[in-house]
Amino acid sequence: MTPEIVDLAHTSLRDLNAALHALTHDTNRTAWRVLNPGGRHAIAAGLTAPVTVEIMGHAGYYGAGMNKAATVIVHGNAGTGVAENMMSGRVHVHGDASQSAGASAHGGLLLIEGNAAARCGISLKGADIVVKGSVGHLSAFMAQAGTLTVLGDAGESLGDSIYEAHIYVRGRVAGLGADCIEKPMRDAHRAELFAKLTAAGTAGQVDVGEFRRYGSARTLYQFHVDHAAAY
Amino acid sequence: MCGIVGLFAKTLSIEAELGAHLATMLAALAERGPDSAGFAVYAPGDAATMKFTLRQPDGGDPEDLLARLGIPDSSIRRCGSHVVLSVPASQHGPARAALGAVAPETAVVGCGMRMELYKEVGLPADVADRFGLPTMRGTHGIGHTRMATESAVTTAGAHPFSTGPDQCLVHNGSLSNHNALRRDLRRRGYGFATENDTEVAAVYLTARMREGLSLGDALRGSLRDLDGFYTFVVGTGTGFAVLRDPIACKPAVMAETDDFVAFGTEYRALAGLPGIEAARVWEPEPATVYAWEHGRPA
Repeated sequence: MTPEIVDLAHTSLRDLNAALHALTHDTNRTAWRVLNPGGRHAIAAGLTAPVTVEIMGHAGYYGAGMNKAATVIVHGNAGTGVAENMMSGRVHVHGDASQSAGASAHGGLLLIEGNAAARCGISLKGADIVVKGSVGHLSAFMAQAGTLTVLGDAGESLGDSIYEAHIYVRGRVAGLGADCIEKPMRDAHRAELFAKLTAAGTAGQVDVGEFRRYGSARTLYQFHVDHAAAY
Repeated sequence: MCGIVGLFAKTLSIEAELGAHLATMLAALAERGPDSAGFAVYAPGDAATMKFTLRQPDGGDPEDLLARLGIPDSSIRRCGSHVVLSVPASQHGPARAALGAVAPETAVVGCGMRMELYKEVGLPADVADRFGLPTMRGTHGIGHTRMATESAVTTAGAHPFSTGPDQCLVHNGSLSNHNALRRDLRRRGYGFATENDTEVAAVYLTARMREGLSLGDALRGSLRDLDGFYTFVVGTGTGFAVLRDPIACKPAVMAETDDFVAFGTEYRALAGLPGIEAARVWEPEPATVYAWEHGRPA
């Protein structure tokens, strides 16, 4: 399908996003290409239709934020908060991502080909994040649910104050944050990791046996599994 | 908020357009800092001449100032609301003393053999135009757009801050131990023109370099001695350096091509640079000093 082209050198960001927001779930205008993004903020944020938007260059803050159902592909780097609060769908960054990638994301997949800076997956609430490079410090800070998979290294204070998100790191971890510990990789975790790698298109390229798993020691957030029935 | 930019030319063609690029970069960050803007431009200098960038009170007459200072072989030219006084390098000390003695109403914005430094209240694009930045040439330059938090919206509180010849600093963030550090530096004989936190960081770096530290080591020392959050870009006669605080509170992005190295608070500041599409673009690591120096002597 020939994509619809929107050149942000000539069309305003507001007009682009308004056109994307107007798409309905059964639209047949499903392929879009954005030229000259120029680091503008909130490109393709708030989409709710199952369309594909390719951003041909570097995106600024909050690109593809609050995404629902759409596929957003950034052919460049992404600024702070890419795919923040994503609900579903897929966001694929071909370059690096800045800080707070996938912050508070509830669902969907955020795939980053390069590195992600600090606080990747901060307050994660159920989405899956796969970073092929490394992540910066305080990644998965207070992450509640979902998975963060890192093929490279992780910076200081990984998983600080984490709740129930799952972290898988293949490389070196500079340090674990408060209440984050290494945990054994059981079959269920290997299966979960393999599923995430498959969704990210990297299954078969990396061995799940090379990863270590990190999660909550459950001493900080006052939850004791014996009391689970009370919640 | 606030926005900071830096541009380091590797080629003569970028040098020729340095001011124009810097102006575009500043204008792109107006949303991050609409209160005031400033910039320092470094051009190949003359080792025999020291330039003072000065701000006279409204209605001040540059020729009258020149006559009152009475420095031999000196000259003066107006640039927007500022004037640039050129004196023989041997007269650097006497000129500074004369400025304090006979023209205390005139603010010394910066001085150096290569650096000219301009800053004013207003939108970045307007400030750049008032000083004619788009037509300036230079080997490197740094700039700042300010959203004031720690001190008032005044020209004196605008960045960059210069506290030593050919040295200046722009800062995005805010420091929390600047009062204690200012007292300590005052005891050691350093003077301050404002109550601004960034000026303290600039004086701190100047003091450490006077003690013999390199710029890189002075910046690494600031990781221990400065409390708060910051991204710094420091200009010197031969280049610039970048440092982010250990938790990388403030955003930063860098780009490098065969023609230039550029720094911006956001990529938007870099989007208009020639060949940026093919540049290596990355986010500088926290607590890591990045520095570029021109190989040729100043």
